[in-house]
Amino acid sequence: MESLLFWTFAVITLAGGVGVVVARNPVNGAMSLVGSFFALAGLFLLLDAQLIAVLQILVYAGAIMVLFLFVIMLLNLGPRDLGPPRFGVGKVVGVLAVGATVASLLKVVLHVGRTPSPPIGAGFGTVASVGRLIYQQYTLPFEVVSLLLLTAIVAAVVVAKGRI
Amino acid sequence: MAVPLNHYLAVATLLFGIGLCGALVRRNSLTVFMSIELMLNAANLTFLAFARYPLRGPPAVNGQAVAFFVMAVAAAEAAVGLAIIIAVFRVRGSVNIDDLRSLRN
Repeated sequence: MESLLFWTFAVITLAGGVGVVVARNPVNGAMSLVGSFFALAGLFLLLDAQLIAVLQILVYAGAIMVLFLFVIMLLNLGPRDLGPPRFGVGKVVGVLAVGATVASLLKVVLHVGRTPSPPIGAGFGTVASVGRLIYQQYTLPFEVVSLLLLTAIVAAVVVAKGRI
Repeated sequence: MAVPLNHYLAVATLLFGIGLCGALVRRNSLTVFMSIELMLNAANLTFLAFARYPLRGPPAVNGQAVAFFVMAVAAAEAAVGLAIIIAVFRVRGSVNIDDLRSLRN
């Protein structure tokens, strides 16, 4: 059962990723990215990361993708802006280089060995356990991240507004 | 029957490769940006896989806390990056990254 779910989610995730890369229209790409993120949230659930799975849907498939769609529709790109598809030597070389990199990485990854599935405690991955860790052990990084988000909001407004 | 660690790592590797392909090959800056999000998510999947199936020691939630921080940084990056895309589009009227070569000479 678990491996059936795993393969389903894995195939949807990878297919969504391929859809992002091959889509001519960015709107189609964004929609398939949303699908990919939902399946990825399923994979996170299989890894007993309930909080991160919910955040994946809320933050990624929700907030970030809505931001993407807003920008895509704001720019309102037509077929003229997108231009005809071009195939150059650089693209072929790029894909081949990435393929070689992925192949060598896969060779290492598949030799990691089958670690036995270790038992986990009752609260693994819940809001309580992750929250306790973030607010106790990672307090400083948490505050730094909040500053980073504040900076990003101000920077986004300043950059996008043009004239203030 | 539990899914072993290396299956998750293989999926993360493939997802990263797809994202890298998109970032290298595509010329539409919005698509390049979405490919970068794919790569960030592949990294997150690796963090969570190692949190659940560590190579030694018991499973720890620390990897999930790191994934949480990665998400926050990705949100900040998306906001700033999309603002830059809008600003460039306003000046150049294009989102094609081949048109952005004013720093070249």
